[in-house]
Amino acid sequence: MAEVRQGVVRWLPELLVVLTLAMLPFPCDALFGSVDILTRILIWGIFGLGFDLLFGFTGLLSFGQAAFYGCGGFVTAYLLTSGDLSNVWLAMGAGIAAAAAFSIIVGILALRRIGIYFAMITLAFGELAYFLENSPLARWTGGENGMPGVPAPHLEIGSFDFSFAGSWASYELVAACFFLGFVFARLVVKSPVGIVLTAVRQNALRTAALGHDVHGYKLAVFVLAAIFAGGSGALLGVFQGYMPPDAFALQTSGQLVIQTVVGGVGTLIGPTIGAAVWLLLRELLQQLPVLGDLWLFILGLVFVTLVTVLPKGIVGAAVRLGSHSPFAQPKPFTMHRSGERMDVAGQALLAPAPIAIAPDRKPAELAIDVCNVSKAYGGIHAVAGVSLALPPGRFHAIIGPNGAGKSTLLRLLNREESPDSGRILLHGIDITAADVTTAHQYGLAKSFQINQLFPQLTVRQNLRIGALGRQRGPLRLDVFRSADGFRSVELLVVALLDQLGLTGCADLGVNSLPYGEKRRLELGLALASRPSVLLLDEPLAGLSPGEREGIKHLIRDLRCGRTIVLVEHDMDAVFELAERITVLHEGRKLAEGTPQEISGNRKVREAYLGRMAA
Amino acid sequence: MPTLSQFLSQAFNGIALGSLLALIACGLTIILGTLGVLNFAHGAMFMLGAYVAFVVLSHVDSFAAALALGALALLFFGLVIERGLIRFYYDRPHEDQILVTFGLGIMMVEAVRHVFGGESQRVPIPSWGRGIVNLHFFYYPLYRVETIGIATLILLGFYLLLYRTRIGLVVRAGIEDPLMVELLGTHVRRAFMVVFSLGTMAAGSAGVIYAPLAAIIPNMGEAFLVQCFVVVVIGGLGSFPGAIVGGIIVGEILSLTTLINPAYAEAAIYAVMTLVLIVRPRGLLGAVGRA
Repeated sequence: MAEVRQGVVRWLPELLVVLTLAMLPFPCDALFGSVDILTRILIWGIFGLGFDLLFGFTGLLSFGQAAFYGCGGFVTAYLLTSGDLSNVWLAMGAGIAAAAAFSIIVGILALRRIGIYFAMITLAFGELAYFLENSPLARWTGGENGMPGVPAPHLEIGSFDFSFAGSWASYELVAACFFLGFVFARLVVKSPVGIVLTAVRQNALRTAALGHDVHGYKLAVFVLAAIFAGGSGALLGVFQGYMPPDAFALQTSGQLVIQTVVGGVGTLIGPTIGAAVWLLLRELLQQLPVLGDLWLFILGLVFVTLVTVLPKGIVGAAVRLGSHSPFAQPKPFTMHRSGERMDVAGQALLAPAPIAIAPDRKPAELAIDVCNVSKAYGGIHAVAGVSLALPPGRFHAIIGPNGAGKSTLLRLLNREESPDSGRILLHGIDITAADVTTAHQYGLAKSFQINQLFPQLTVRQNLRIGALGRQRGPLRLDVFRSADGFRSVELLVVALLDQLGLTGCADLGVNSLPYGEKRRLELGLALASRPSVLLLDEPLAGLSPGEREGIKHLIRDLRCGRTIVLVEHDMDAVFELAERITVLHEGRKLAEGTPQEISGNRKVREAYLGRMAA
Repeated sequence: MPTLSQFLSQAFNGIALGSLLALIACGLTIILGTLGVLNFAHGAMFMLGAYVAFVVLSHVDSFAAALALGALALLFFGLVIERGLIRFYYDRPHEDQILVTFGLGIMMVEAVRHVFGGESQRVPIPSWGRGIVNLHFFYYPLYRVETIGIATLILLGFYLLLYRTRIGLVVRAGIEDPLMVELLGTHVRRAFMVVFSLGTMAAGSAGVIYAPLAAIIPNMGEAFLVQCFVVVVIGGLGSFPGAIVGGIIVGEILSLTTLINPAYAEAAIYAVMTLVLIVRPRGLLGAVGRA
């Protein structure tokens, strides 16, 4: 019985969608005399499912989706009307494939840039497609006239032949496609891919630093959105029997954006609700004498108002109302500190993961080998010819006055930035030209000076994203797996939560955590991939004395034989934890030695306190 | 093969169109560079300028009055929009800024459509701009030559304002690093208001100049907005000289491709934009490390 209930809860959105799709046509037919308007809403809804994955979940605002909608529709229509293909299903598949292929080209170019640039470039490509369709390709597309005479598909199984022509049959076809699309989109959202996409939107840098190929995932979701767009475009032509040229127009892309935002981004069903608002508002307002002319103005006003006051749209507002209702129980915030030493099982779980090195190579003698790296910003030599050689398991600290180049050196090591000259080897592998994602996959992780978390996700989800990076590799499209379905990852996350003392707030949003807890989570994110080399950029910054003790214990407990590079201004902590210390001054190495040697070094004291004091 | 005079007259058309594009794009790019807001309503601002010219010229036969009123109306309109809407978006994601200006643009187009109707309107060429001029190799419509002149004068005004005045210094510094300017004790947010109004004024005055060249319709700004995006991508984001260079380049590509095959004119500018994106992603005159 419990299992049934659990299943119902898990599949509740799908169940609701099926029920709505089954019930809605009857009142619609009675009200409008046809179910066509519902079919149109659902075609926009399919289009919107893909766009919501792209914009709502990944944060990529594209103004060129019409290109793929039109591409899918026109390729399908051309193949069918030219007689090249008589099977409607195959033609639709070809249309979708064409849209996907086109999106790969556009995606590679557009995804080089983010934010404003991405919106501009996608819009420009959308217009390019529109003009191509309109004149150079007019011989095949019909130009401004579009393509009439697109046949309806029919299903032949043996002697059974069902044609999807007519209002009701079209509705059944489109509703079935919508349902399949919805189920698939939901699977994507719940899969590891979905959680990585959400992570990209909230903090792309950290996602990359946790070993996920951000660019690859962006391209994947861009193509996925184009597949949905191409499919809905193909359905439009087949449903209407006519492929209109304005499928390619900027208005189509704009309408999609507006519908998605009005309905609610990041909800999957939102774009469909938005489409219903758009089409019904037009239908209803156009029957009124004065307002009819102003329906789009009113929609624009609604849109601007919603963007300003309700960023999550209609569905988002409804969900928020639901969670504020007296029936929803707020989760209590309980603090929990493990305090106990980690047991053997925990040790094994959190110990550094083995690094995948070719079997014929013998393990390198040095975990980190930095040869003479330099980095200049304009005329400022932040790091000038620094070398560093750390054997595995070394706890090494880098100190120096402000502006000595400590954080820059860590960024170079972590491959967030590239040195102007010099080489960086990790376990004997040259990572000088590697990116942050690749470096992470080789077992390098960094805890950032300024917290780089995923603020709108829970603590558990944050750690999961961290642990999934090396578990799944940089890019994997395992959309049929559940994000929480990796047993080893979940065990690791639970052990890590316990060690970090965050078990009590595991399912709270990171936004609601106090600073000290966020700092622990920052450290936990770096540890979640079980790195063999850990870079710590001022882990104690901004913490109270008590919290500092906690973090120091954590660093010691979770060390498990890792190589650690610590940058820190808290000298007590440095001299307490580090085995060896490098002192940087104005980008150069001033001294290196054991804590005793460094504390007695005259030059170091001069650098910190000035010549007089020394 | 087109003859030399055909080629030259199309090249001249390219400069005329390019100077208008440069004027619109410089408004777009100073708003983008200073405020960080990509104004999707910029095309609608251009359209509004053209309709102001239409209204003014149907009452008085003075192009100067139309230009002055168009510029002033858009300056004031920009001020109202910045104070009433845009300023609440400075701390929000770029995507929200794009969405809200996109919505604003639709409302403006629909409002104009409601008032003036959706059909195209003609604005007469001013009396001193009628006729043709002999440019030795070919005869050329006088008003188009004047278009280049007026647009150049306004751009020159913007140049002097940006590079020779105190407010211009603040604006240019704001493009480099708004936070630093704020820390140095200058209220950048107040400069934002001025910049946004100036940007919409640039679009509006371009609209006034454009109005007699072709028929005006409520959604005329859309094509120009997209072409301006191409101009800004080619010229470099937030760069005033980049907008001018990019504007002329795009104008010339559009005109000269039309000479060969009009069907490819629009496609050609996107092809060039793609090329710039691949070879030089920051644009011809764009600063390194922006967006």
